[in-house]
Amino acid sequence: MSGVRVLVGTHKGAFVITADGKRDNWEISGPHFGGWDIYHVKGSPADPRRLYASQCSSWSGQVIQRSDDGGLSWEPVGNKFSYEGRPGTHQWYDGTPHPWEFERVWHLEPSLDDPDTVYAGVEDAGLFVSSDGGENWQELPGLRGHGTGSSWQPGAGGMCLHTIIVDPLQRSRMFTAISAAGAFRSDDSGQTWKPINRGLHSEGIPDEDAEVGHCVHRIALHPSRPDVLYMQKHWDVMRSDDAGENWREISGNLPTDFGFPIDVHAHEPETIYVVPITSDSLHFPPDGRLRVYRSRTGGDEWEPLTAGLPQQHCYVNVLRDAMAVDSLDECGIYFGTTGGQVYASADSGDTWAPIAEHLPAVLSVEVQTLP
Amino acid sequence: MSDAPAIRVVLPAHLRRLARINGEVRLTITSPVTQRSVLDALEASYPMLRGTIRDHDTKRRRAFIRFFACEEDLSHDEPDASLPDAVASGAEPFLIVGAMAGG
Repeated sequence: MSGVRVLVGTHKGAFVITADGKRDNWEISGPHFGGWDIYHVKGSPADPRRLYASQCSSWSGQVIQRSDDGGLSWEPVGNKFSYEGRPGTHQWYDGTPHPWEFERVWHLEPSLDDPDTVYAGVEDAGLFVSSDGGENWQELPGLRGHGTGSSWQPGAGGMCLHTIIVDPLQRSRMFTAISAAGAFRSDDSGQTWKPINRGLHSEGIPDEDAEVGHCVHRIALHPSRPDVLYMQKHWDVMRSDDAGENWREISGNLPTDFGFPIDVHAHEPETIYVVPITSDSLHFPPDGRLRVYRSRTGGDEWEPLTAGLPQQHCYVNVLRDAMAVDSLDECGIYFGTTGGQVYASADSGDTWAPIAEHLPAVLSVEVQTLP
Repeated sequence: MSDAPAIRVVLPAHLRRLARINGEVRLTITSPVTQRSVLDALEASYPMLRGTIRDHDTKRRRAFIRFFACEEDLSHDEPDASLPDAVASGAEPFLIVGAMAGG
């Protein structure tokens, strides 16, 4: 029988939560790597037994872990992330040039085809790749070096490359997003890049329509239609129908268009999900009510999803990498909170239930649909 | 076989778990016993510790790691300075410690 494996990264370890295809009886294993920040855990689409995890701490820096048995056992692999050539500088918070310094891996994106190939998005913003299962990492320097890198500035959470998407129909095309630089696209397997931020409008930067400097929180696409991109920006939910060449706002009737994650239904390319958060200074849901909002029209028209979610006194946040969808016939939606809950819906968001509670603050949620 | 005494190294719990070490590590070092030679030998035996105690390239101690021995803080000593005789003889361990911090 098919099943799902939910991979949860938290501030104090990783958890693997599994269920069969009915998704009504969940088993939790963990914490793996207890005490460490686990920014992200993700499985290979080419071999679901192969998992990668980003493990880090203020004391001991970065570790990358790899599993070949679906998370039952793990081995530390390579953790050396050296920027290519002279790293140069980006802008610091005070506007002065600041040398690029590796801090941590925010996001791991395994190749669609090869379990041994995996991309890493890091802070300070850069893109790395390993083609030997994580043992060795090389930077793809064309992203930092394309011309605007020296003007990038960190957001409050650091200058992180947090989104990596490989176009499933045109494998040489990749998308990345950086806080607070914006979205970028490569059409040659990550060798060269260009900003794709036309149409973004950010009041927090001097030139509100600048080519770079936008605090993009997350990008998502449906694999059948990769020219259509959805974006949760710092403020504003956005959509592009031309692979990022132009963006338009689709916030519509959302109660607030600030938020972090955005995701797309596995079988309905026009059905998307966000979690509205009050504001950039109030990182909790409006009115203390945790609501996922769903649009079945590709944006503009949104409906709140509340069944099974706390509707009073709820002041958690949902971070940018903490939402995922499975691809079972009835699409499952998952998200984790900074309060340590992981919620799941087995009916496309109509109803929700916690599958884990009282975990450390959740940093990331991924899900694997198992045969 | 070397007659050099075994250098005793104690790691913080989170690094013992990472390297799957129980108790102390014992290292045989024929070169002068210094922070650098001890850490070189430690990382050669446990490659997963590379980058977790000191920087991969500069070899500088990570900010929140401390080195203690014989009730002294050696964190700010030069990497090539000799460690105390009691460490070199194996009478006392070289302690690698996670700095105190909350959270």
